[in-house]
Amino acid sequence: MQTTKNVKLGREKLQRIIEMCMAIEAHAVDPFLLDVDDIIKVVREYFPQWEKPEDLNLDAETIHHLASVIKLQSEWVKHRSTSLYADPFLLEEKITQTPREDMVGVFLKAWHPVMEMEQLSLHSLREALRYWETLVPIAERWKQFDITLVETGTATRDELIKQRILGDKVFSEELEKFWLELKEAVAKKGRDGKLPYWDFIGAETYEETVERAFLTSFLITYGYATLEIRPLEEETFIIPFKKPVVKIATQQSISIPIAVSYDSWQKWRRGELE
Amino acid sequence: MSKRKGVYAAKVKRATHMLFFRRHQKPGVKGWELHKSLGADYPKVLDVLDDYLKSLDLQVKTVFEEEKTPTEKPTLEALDKARFYVTLRGDLTPKESKMIGWRIDDLAGLAIAISYIISKKGQAPRKDVEDLLAEKIPGWKVGLNIDRYIRYGYLSQDDNQLLYLDWRTRAEVDQKALIDMLLNVEAQKTLPTESSEEENEEEAE
Repeated sequence: MQTTKNVKLGREKLQRIIEMCMAIEAHAVDPFLLDVDDIIKVVREYFPQWEKPEDLNLDAETIHHLASVIKLQSEWVKHRSTSLYADPFLLEEKITQTPREDMVGVFLKAWHPVMEMEQLSLHSLREALRYWETLVPIAERWKQFDITLVETGTATRDELIKQRILGDKVFSEELEKFWLELKEAVAKKGRDGKLPYWDFIGAETYEETVERAFLTSFLITYGYATLEIRPLEEETFIIPFKKPVVKIATQQSISIPIAVSYDSWQKWRRGELE
Repeated sequence: MSKRKGVYAAKVKRATHMLFFRRHQKPGVKGWELHKSLGADYPKVLDVLDDYLKSLDLQVKTVFEEEKTPTEKPTLEALDKARFYVTLRGDLTPKESKMIGWRIDDLAGLAIAISYIISKKGQAPRKDVEDLLAEKIPGWKVGLNIDRYIRYGYLSQDDNQLLYLDWRTRAEVDQKALIDMLLNVEAQKTLPTESSEEENEEEAE
């Protein structure tokens, strides 16, 4: 009975510690208000009584939050020891007491604005004129389509596949198969778990290459693989994941355009493209 | 001119074009872009350019990634990740600041916001900054001013309405000098403000 009561009390104490730590993490409370030694004593006192996984979990959570608070305390000490540290109260006082003109005077001595220029060059004008000359008039670009009225009817799945409106496999199946192919290719030809992008998408025909690039883009978007881009070396690698990574879609992602032009394909065929 | 000098002159020219003309949404050039265009000796090219700009009261400013300014000579890797700008080397007079489109009120507000955020270890609730500015700037202007500082890249704001220093402050403001000078300002007498003079002039017109 006594032990049950103790366990309950211990849980409450740890909950309160966690709440306090969370308030400190949210910058609502001074990190030095928490006496770390005392907290450790409490955690140590109740630790032998934890048997259930949820209690052990609570204990681990307390330690985790306590570590965050210690980190905040260390950051505070680090900031205080830097040359940038100034007592916030003193500074606030100065800010409110200093007249606007003096504030501006002080700021202007520490302010070095960025320089930039905006100017048309002969080169850009020449490029623009060349573009204008080759630009097709709007009347030609936006020609009216001849629309002929046709009777509505039905089409079979085979007909849609023939017209390339539908693929001959379910897309997800096709993607999974393609992912396995990538993993095999990396295992065979890759180094450090990655393969040059073009070595994976490149195929015998240009059409097939484009199709592979299209499928690869879905592998990356859906978290089956990722890209490693080295801007200096102008190299792009593809890295397959062992399992699809779902969080990729939830993180803020960026689109990476990769040109798969006919010229690039020919260069790759000739072995000129890395 | 020796061949080597000629090569450097051409590289300095290219670096000038890259640094002065905006190539992206933000001004400045990333180290790796300079590396790619000028070669691995681009820090040397920038030194030559910086030396040349001295006489024009300009400088090549390096802003390291996430304010990790190296204490010793930076590595090429750190420089590749840094961003380079051309900034004013000296300082502006209040009259000159007006010439580049800043009213004294707005500039004072910016100075206060930046100093306050520095004093709060780089982040402060927007509400606190607004309250501080509202002591000396009309309330209706406070929010507009903060939005303007955010738009220009001096401050940034997160979803929790916390304000931070943004890329332009890191590129343009010598934060240590600002704080030191601010702490050394003596208790002041109140003078007629320049903005009220401006307002009077506008009214007279």
